[in-house]
Amino acid sequence: MKVRIYISLKKGVLDTQGKAIENLLVKDFNYNNISNICQGKFIDINIDEVDKAKIKDIVDNICDKFLVNKVIEDYNFEIIS
Amino acid sequence: MKAAIITFPGSNCDRDSGDAIKKLNGDVKNIWYKDNHINNDIDLIILPGGFSYGDYLRSGALASVAPIINEVKRHAKRGVHIIGICNGFQILTEIGLLKGALIRNKNLKFICRQVALKVCNDNSKFTSSFYNDQIINIPIANMDGNYFADSDILKYHEDNNNIALKYCSNNGDINQDSNPNGSVNNIAAIFDNSKKIMGMMPHPERAIGFNDYGSDGINIFSNIG
Repeated sequence: MKVRIYISLKKGVLDTQGKAIENLLVKDFNYNNISNICQGKFIDINIDEVDKAKIKDIVDNICDKFLVNKVIEDYNFEIIS
Repeated sequence: MKAAIITFPGSNCDRDSGDAIKKLNGDVKNIWYKDNHINNDIDLIILPGGFSYGDYLRSGALASVAPIINEVKRHAKRGVHIIGICNGFQILTEIGLLKGALIRNKNLKFICRQVALKVCNDNSKFTSSFYNDQIINIPIANMDGNYFADSDILKYHEDNNNIALKYCSNNGDINQDSNPNGSVNNIAAIFDNSKKIMGMMPHPERAIGFNDYGSDGINIFSNIG
């Protein structure tokens, strides 16, 4: 299965890049109806597994061990194909 | 003093760190990140500055699982002094030897300049050349130098006296004006509880009397061994 893991900064951690993008869009491009921009990242992974519980175990494991720094980041994931 | 200096792919302050140790007549043992052994006669391990693995994923993240890290952890348990400078600080937080994390600078700019620092705890071999509240000058050069810790971690640091250095003005004022990168509470350097592991964003190896940055940095290394 193809899995997409979304990683974003935790609430309360200053998202400087999101803030800069927002400032630019609002102040320079005059999109006054835009706010609360957060920048994160996603990582696509193929996992040779069809059991959803097992996929969740694998994703949680690799996020805990390496992909996510839980001091500053949160994550979630979806099976996309 | 015998210092092991680890070079990761992308480290760029390993040689300067070696110059600091040599200036103190210490022995430098250069260690490659794929090595799997650091001798037990070592007094200090330096994780130098740079951009290990191009800062991919997060600064310090890929280096934190490099082969040599098991040896860093082993020596940490033995009580060997370990200093992580800039990218080395980021690596120490990613390993979990120090609490907190380093995120993008508040102004999103790479900042390279001299800063004033206030000594917050002189009770360690890294800081015992100084006295509490002394103002010293050491340059910073970082993009991800914004130290983040949540309220629990901050309380932990304060309860255990783990804050080593804070950014301040030339007069010693600790406030947002004297905070170059947005670090929480102006924190520039922290210890672990043993005070034998220190992470700092400023570069002491660039302030050893070889240039206009002064010589306060050499004192960070001078009491080890």
